[in-house]
Amino acid sequence: MKNFSKLVYPYLIWMVVMIIVPMAMIVLYAITVQGNDVLTFQFTFDNFLRFFNDEIFPSVLWRSLKMAFITTVICIAIGYPAAYFMAKMKPNSAAMCVLLVTLPMWINMLVRTYAWRGILSRTGLSAEARVYIGMVYNFLPFMILQIYTALSKIDPSLIIAAGDLGADAKQTFMRVTLPLSLSGVVSGITLVFLPAVSSFFIPKLLGGGQYVLIGNLIENYFVSTGDWNFGSAISLIMAIIILISMYVTRKLDTDTKEAD
Amino acid sequence: MEKKPSVFQKIYMALIMAFFYLPIVYVVFFSFNRSKSLTKFTGFSLKWYEAMFENRQIMEAIGYTVLCAVIATVVSTIVGTITAIGLSKSRKVVREFVNQVNNLPMLNPEIVTAIGFMLFFTSLRIQTGFTTMVLAHIAFCIPYVILSVLPRLRRLDPNIAEAALDLGCTPWQAMWKVIIPQIKEGIIAGALVAFSMSFDDFVISMFTTGPGVSNISIYVYGAVKRVNPTINALSAIIVYVVTIILILVNVVPMIRDRRRAKNAEKETA
Repeated sequence: MKNFSKLVYPYLIWMVVMIIVPMAMIVLYAITVQGNDVLTFQFTFDNFLRFFNDEIFPSVLWRSLKMAFITTVICIAIGYPAAYFMAKMKPNSAAMCVLLVTLPMWINMLVRTYAWRGILSRTGLSAEARVYIGMVYNFLPFMILQIYTALSKIDPSLIIAAGDLGADAKQTFMRVTLPLSLSGVVSGITLVFLPAVSSFFIPKLLGGGQYVLIGNLIENYFVSTGDWNFGSAISLIMAIIILISMYVTRKLDTDTKEAD
Repeated sequence: MEKKPSVFQKIYMALIMAFFYLPIVYVVFFSFNRSKSLTKFTGFSLKWYEAMFENRQIMEAIGYTVLCAVIATVVSTIVGTITAIGLSKSRKVVREFVNQVNNLPMLNPEIVTAIGFMLFFTSLRIQTGFTTMVLAHIAFCIPYVILSVLPRLRRLDPNIAEAALDLGCTPWQAMWKVIIPQIKEGIIAGALVAFSMSFDDFVISMFTTGPGVSNISIYVYGAVKRVNPTINALSAIIVYVVTIILILVNVVPMIRDRRRAKNAEKETA
């Protein structure tokens, strides 16, 4: 049986080549001067200094984080009640709702985002509002499904027990249902915040180029400008901020669990 | 927990569904529009569908998308399954290492993974194109296959494979005839995830493909700069295909179950 463990080796090599090396390349490009040869590179921190000393770049980063944060809050605010109602439905209706929420997710994201253009062009909404609608539209299903899964796993006898022990509906919700569903909210946040920060086709398709986010900056530096070193530095800054916020979110989740 | 939904709950869910389906219905509706307008419906016509099928770029994009998704699914399912079987028998250190590294592309923003691939291919002086796009797709699909196969393997009784070996199976036979059939559902689920991830991918494809090779997403992204109603037709067709497949996947098992129940009734009668 032990010889089955050798089956991992090919993938170990593949993983190093296709996951670790590309990540390392981003770091390498971010800390070197442009126009280097692969073998003779010159280290620098200028790419990072340039980003933070610029007038526009930090505000674009701040705007992307703010936008992703507000999108996440809106998705929780709209998605939680929806998931809660679904969890209270009869199994057949709940399954139907899950199917209806899932179906749009199978349609190509670009196509779904494009589909909003016609409708939004009839409204006089600002570029910012259009981008928000596109973001919430794309990411809300993930939030609903994650919270629904967490809610439907709650043992109904716990709710009954809370009622028997004298809790009213509000107390039962605040002290039993809500804490038990937080894990779903946290995985929902991961699935909404992360792609929302870096999204670049939603602002481009719906904001019409007037609303630039950090993902658009990265795209520009790679596709139009061709300054890969600076583009890599921006990506690295974004990746680090996202990793930190994910770590904090997960930490909060485990902390609340331990506190219970 | 089960209660009859109140009127408020019904309205709330209806509004959510309206939000989800409004743009989809809108784009399908306007795919039949006679004029180019996206806001005024001037009459029924199928000309955008005709234009779509005559558009070589769109047809090529569909072809590349399907071909890439099929290759990426087959390769990542095979590699992912074999790796998962190996992982279930390896030491904890190896398992943890693979887990952590596989998490990198899943936790990183897609655009970061994408430029990583792009820098990697160009530094190796590999001309980007269909091959590099497929390689990147395989790379981001494998972790998902491993994730869906591994839990099935954990539930597997390790003695069964041992027994197969004791009874004279070669390790390959033990794998093919004993392990694989029992983790079939995990493999199929992994393959489905891989296919849909590859089929819908935009960000990674855009940075790893080369000149002249676009998938559906890249084509749509490039084409929307102008008013282009053939995209409505293309979108509508994607909507039809997805809807039909999902209805089949959800309704066929229901009919089968019902038939099975009926047959069982007949047998007992």
